[in-house]
Amino acid sequence: MTPEREHQLKLDAIKVREGILTSTHGAKSGHPGGSLSAADLFTYLYDEVLNANPADPLNEDRDRFVLSKGHVTPGYYSALALKGFFPFEDLKSFRHSDSYLQGHPNMNSVPGVDMSTGSLGQGCSVACGMAKGAKMLGKDFAVYTLLGDGEIEEGQIWEAAMFAGHYKLDNLCMIVDVNGLQIDGRCADVMDARPIDKKYEAFGANVIVVDGHSFPELEKAFAFFNSNRTSGKPTVIIMNTLKGKGVSYMEDVCGWHGKGPNADEYALGMAELAAARAALEAEGVQA
Amino acid sequence: MSDVKKIATREGYGQALVELGAVHPDIVVLDADLAGATKTCMFQKAYPDRFVECGIAEGNMMDVAAGLSTLGFVPFASSFAMFAAGRAYEMIRNSIGYPGLNVKVCASHGGISVGEDGASHQMNEDFALMRVIPGMTVMCPSDFVEAKKMVKAAYELDGPVYIRFGRAATPIIHDEDFDFRIGQAETLRDGSDVTIIATGIVVPEALEAADRLAESGISARVLNMATIKPLDRDAVIRAAQETGYIVTVEEHSIIGGLGEAVASVLAEESPARLRRIGVRDVFGHSGPAAELLHEFGLDAEGIAKETREFLQK
Repeated sequence: MTPEREHQLKLDAIKVREGILTSTHGAKSGHPGGSLSAADLFTYLYDEVLNANPADPLNEDRDRFVLSKGHVTPGYYSALALKGFFPFEDLKSFRHSDSYLQGHPNMNSVPGVDMSTGSLGQGCSVACGMAKGAKMLGKDFAVYTLLGDGEIEEGQIWEAAMFAGHYKLDNLCMIVDVNGLQIDGRCADVMDARPIDKKYEAFGANVIVVDGHSFPELEKAFAFFNSNRTSGKPTVIIMNTLKGKGVSYMEDVCGWHGKGPNADEYALGMAELAAARAALEAEGVQA
Repeated sequence: MSDVKKIATREGYGQALVELGAVHPDIVVLDADLAGATKTCMFQKAYPDRFVECGIAEGNMMDVAAGLSTLGFVPFASSFAMFAAGRAYEMIRNSIGYPGLNVKVCASHGGISVGEDGASHQMNEDFALMRVIPGMTVMCPSDFVEAKKMVKAAYELDGPVYIRFGRAATPIIHDEDFDFRIGQAETLRDGSDVTIIATGIVVPEALEAADRLAESGISARVLNMATIKPLDRDAVIRAAQETGYIVTVEEHSIIGGLGEAVASVLAEESPARLRRIGVRDVFGHSGPAAELLHEFGLDAEGIAKETREFLQK
């Protein structure tokens, strides 16, 4: 990854984080914590990975993305807006009764959304169906899905993992956002799913563990997936992250799973992000 | 009815899939380790490349079907009614119903006529569960011939569909050339004293009950309500206005199924006396299908008896 590219990705990720705060503040609800932990991933996916095209959102050969942890629409929508699927300004209408930006992804109302999700444990199975279908059609697009480390407590996630292994879905990339927190507390205390990597290996997947806030690491993860596209095995990217990443008072705080920042909190968060942008711009491209 | 040819409605499903598969390459069929019983095995044998065995994981299967449909496939996903409509309810609701995807959930072994397997497998609540999903078409064929035509009509309809088939071999009451239309009640027999509105494999029983009632001077109209949703409201209103008394017959709980759908129309549009024959808020039990249908008052004798008592009140 060139220093210029990494610099731009970092700037884009700040924009995505601003979208997360703006949408959840405007909604007085929503899920900022898990959106922020996945913000760098969303940025990388839409900047570097998916062949998504806002001018042709339903192209049959596009890569598919299914947000299995469907509650992190603030991050997802911000990345879609940044990509050009709809105006960034519209994020202010998130969750409003007259908005197309539904609380959880709606494929029929939000441009760029490939599947309606929200009920945990289901999106990964839908992604399996897309990947299986791509193989049946002889299409070579890839299918990506993002899961939460709380979400994988759903038994159906493992039905999907079994299916993906059984049908040798090497066109499927399952990304697990391991931010360590869920609504009732630390995942390790609520229901310990670890070791996640060993479980997926046992289900027949290629597994890589990376830092989800490092763009070079994310680049390595998706290169790993691409190198395994003829392996006969699905790929799992286990992404270690920090819930609330980038907004100091939200970082690693369980309570920011599902609530919007008030006016003061919003101003503070936006100021922190502005400071992060200024620092990045001041330091310039680091060779 | 011993001289009548009997064949299970699920056989009609299997046959229709094979016929559809020959002309529509977009059809894919999914099953959860019950292909031999649901009769999707017929499609599996004919078109193995378009059959997706999902193993014993019905929730995953419904969502895989949803994913396939987003690519333009028309998936038919099958299991027993208990595990399709019951276990995978929320997957059907959220991943098929809510996005309005073109998935056909085709469930066999509905109702108490599942028989010996007993209450755990006797799905008497599937119409209720599927009816409440917005945009879901809910159907149940009365015989093998109607089952075939219904499956083909479901393919032509763009949107989610639930169809329940039966396990037991039941009489054929339709000619091969009859015209099936989704959402349209079929008048199998006209009458003026009472209308029996039935769905599924108890329709032949309702017809025989009408014969018995005729012997005692009661003229019963028989409507085959193969489409439970959207309900043919006009046929119900006409029946109420022309015969005054309505009896519904279904191999389903009297809560939430055909009986309640008809009751809603009557209450809102054209009040009439109503008697619902079905499973009265209890679980079933093991036994031969015919004995269970008799016990629950769903055979010709039971329907005739209940109707007679109803009209005397």
